Formats: sequence, C-alpha cells, structure tokens
Amino acid sequence: MSAKGPSKDAASSGDSRAERKQQVKDYIAHHLLDSHDFGLFSYTDDVTQEKHHVGFPLPIILWDGGLKVFSSSKFHHGETVAQVDGSYYKIEHAKIYKTDAAGTITYDSANHPTNIAPLDFSITKGVFMILITAFLMFFLFKSLAKSYGNNAGIATGAGRFFEPIITYIRDDIAIANIGEGKYKKYMPFLLTVFFFIWFLNMFGLTPLGVNVTGNIAVTTALALIVFIITTFTGTKDYWKHIFDPLGDGMPWAGKIFIYIILVPIEILGLFIKPFALLIRLYANMTAGHVVLGSLLGLIYIFQNWIGGTLSFGLAFAISLIEILVALLQAYIFTMLAALYFGFASETHEHDQEHDGEIAHL
Amino acid sequence: MEKLINEFSVGLFFWQAVVFILLLFLLKKFAWGPILNAVNEREQGIKDALDAAQKAKLEMTNLQADNEKLLQEARAERETMLKEAREIKASMIAGAKDEAQAEASKAIAGAQATIEAEKKAAVAELKQTVASLSIDIAEKIVKSELSNKDKQLELVETMLKDANVN
Repeated sequence: MSAKGPSKDAASSGDSRAERKQQVKDYIAHHLLDSHDFGLFSYTDDVTQEKHHVGFPLPIILWDGGLKVFSSSKFHHGETVAQVDGSYYKIEHAKIYKTDAAGTITYDSANHPTNIAPLDFSITKGVFMILITAFLMFFLFKSLAKSYGNNAGIATGAGRFFEPIITYIRDDIAIANIGEGKYKKYMPFLLTVFFFIWFLNMFGLTPLGVNVTGNIAVTTALALIVFIITTFTGTKDYWKHIFDPLGDGMPWAGKIFIYIILVPIEILGLFIKPFALLIRLYANMTAGHVVLGSLLGLIYIFQNWIGGTLSFGLAFAISLIEILVALLQAYIFTMLAALYFGFASETHEHDQEHDGEIAHL
Repeated sequence: MEKLINEFSVGLFFWQAVVFILLLFLLKKFAWGPILNAVNEREQGIKDALDAAQKAKLEMTNLQADNEKLLQEARAERETMLKEAREIKASMIAGAKDEAQAEASKAIAGAQATIEAEKKAAVAELKQTVASLSIDIAEKIVKSELSNKDKQLELVETMLKDANVN
C-alpha cells in the first residue's frame, strides 16, 4: 500500500479527473499485488508534504548467492534502495530486483525490468496472512476437537457453528462425490482447503487490505496439491478411463482412430481440471477486489455528495455479495476437488458403463 | 497470461505450499481426526439409540398383545368359574331343597306314627278304665241289690224265669 492514499491526496492536490482515474487504477493494481511490508494505509501530510505509512515491516528472505535476511523497512516502502552485504536491491511492482547503489532499473521493450530478480522467499503480506490463517485454523479446530472430548461428544461454542459445515462437507461434498467407501482419506484435505480458502477470502474483505486468494501463486499451489492427490490416488479404472476410454466394447482396429483424438483430450483434461480450479478462484477473488476498489475509487473521482453516496451504496451492496462469493468460491473449489478425487478413486463395472458411452457417442 | 506469469511469485507459492501441507497434516492429526470421530461416534450412538427405541417399541407392542391375551384368558376363566359357581349354587339349592323335603316328610311320618300309637294306647287305656269302672259299678250294684233276702230271691226267681224261657 505504498501508492498514494486517495483521500488525503485529493484534498491537497488539485489533480484533474483523468489523473485521479489513473491514481485509482494504479492503487487497485497495487492492492492486487503482494507487498513486502504490512501497510494498513498511507497518507501525505498536508503541511510538510511528507508521506506517512501506517503498518509494520516484514522480514525479507532472499537467495542471492547465499541466504540474505533483513527487514523490509530498509526499502522504506519501496522508495529507497536497500543495501545488504554489499548488494543493492530495489522493489519494483512488488518484486525485488538486484540493482546498483543508485537504484537503476533497466527495462526491455515490453517494459519489463531486465535486472536480475533474486529468489524471493520473503514473508510478504500474503505469506504473513497465510501464517495467521494457519495459526487461527489450527487453534480454532484444535479447541473444537477438544470441546468434543470435554463435553461427551457434543460441540460447544464455536463448534455449534462449524460442526454443521463440517458435516455438510462430509455428507454433501465428500460422500456425494467420492462415495461412502473412499471419502475418508480425502476428508482432511477437503476440510482444510475449504476453511483455508474461506477464511482467507473473508480476510480479503476486511480493511486489512489483503488479497491472498486472489493471488495466482496461492491458487496455483492449492490446485497443484489437488492435482498431486488426484494423480497419486488414481485407481486402475481411472487411468484406464484416460488411456482406454472405450474399454473392451470396441475392436482394437476401430478404437485406434478415435484414440488419436480422444486420448490427448483426456490427458489434457488431467491438467485442465486443476488449471480451471486455480484460474477460477484467482479470477473471482481478483474481480471482487477490482470491483470494490473501483467503486470506492469512484468516490475519489467524483468528489461530490451524490457520486460519493451512490458509490458507497454500491460498494456496500457489492461487499455483501462478496461475502457470499467468499463462501461460494471456497465451496466450489472444495466441491470440484472432491469431484476430481471421485473420478480418481472410482472403481466400477467397466463394461456396463461403457456400453452406454458408445451409444452416446 | 503474460501478466499472470509475471505476477507469479515463487516465494509466495513456496510458502503457501509449505504452510498448507503442514497445516493439513497438523489439522488431520489434531483436529479433523478427533472431530470426525466424535461426530461419527455420536451419529452411530444416535442411530443405535433409535434402533433400541424401535426395538423397545416393538417389544412393548408384543407385551401389550401378550397382556391383552392374558386378560382375555383371565376373563374367559372368570366367566367359566362364574358359570360353574352358578351351577354349583343351583345344584346345592336343589339338593338342599330335596333333602329338606325328605326330612320334613320323614318327620311328619314319624309324628303321625307316634300320634297313631299314642291314640291306640289312649283308646286301650280308656277301654280298660271303662271296663274296670263298669265292673266296679256292677259290683257295687250287685252288692247293694243283694243286701237283703227278698232281693236275692227275686233275682234268683227272674234268672230262673229267663232260664226257663230259654
């Protein structure tokens, strides 16, 4: 959040409407990215024209010919070059690049920095929120588990709220898609991923200004885990379905022509499924943040009572919808993951099923 | 797409994967396992309790049917017992009546016999008394008749006369 805070800037500078639009656009684009310090908001002092940031720095961990750990306060919210062990680093669009003492960043024709970007394992704002959520979930559900033991198998307190959700995931997501016999081994993942996404989505709606589930790296990690679980728990039937979808229902000579098209599609499907998962979650959460950011930005652009009130009303309504979306996206991710696990763990009477499939083709 | 790849942060990906997998295993061990077990156990408990209740209900129905049967049997038994009792009563009354009749007639017969005997005895006594009275009277009359000589002679005379006539 090192971009200009809209509210105070507006009062101090007589920017034109076009400039303000650009500021809002930059602000939203910046918000969607991860950042290396936990900024809550920033403002410019009217008198001294000094920029103030409210928040706290986070540790920077770089691998650049050796491990380098330092505080993000060295960057002064991206405004200065950090010097660590004789190397210089600069933040450009939320990425750390190696630079020289003057902080020179060279760009290629596509406006991408050509400087070397060291491997960045920093505890960024996103990572920080992931850790917070992980701790929160761990203690919340551990205490919930404990409350069962203390109260003869009946949940107390928050458990009253979470238990129906857990049983819903078990009955209507896991058992419905995977089946009575095999759902149990997938339950920990489904529950963890559901609450993880949901909580992070909800955090995204708080004024903390985090956008973790709307970050492609986070959704990729989640989808990759789904892909790995699907692949490693795949039964013989699952793989047969991919490489020999028609089974023994058709002579070998007939199948070969269909398979030239069918098998690559099936193999592609293996990767498209988790890819769709990661894009869906990313796009939905990002879109929500963009819409909310834009509506709030309108207040800054209009700078009058009518526009401001209208924007606020709209933003409020969208916020309510976003609360629903936060839950919905967690549900959809979990649901589809369960569906893919269901495909992978399927064992069935092949001949019977594929009789129908041939008729369908 | 290029923007997406550009935005992709290896560090965030790494931390997300590590933290998530760690969280997954920790929660599996400390939270989901116990929670799911507790929920399953409770559901099983409820199911068992419902089954038991169903069974108890069935048993109750059976018991009720048994009771009904017992009651019916008892009622039937009472009915027969009452009937028997009534019969016994009737027969007892009838027997008593007969016996009483017999006893009464026997008593009457005895009384009549006694009366008859008494009557005969009384008659006999009366006869005897009358006879002795007659004899006494006759004796007195004879005595007085024969106290003087004339009368004795007269008697002899009449007697002789009678005897002559015969």
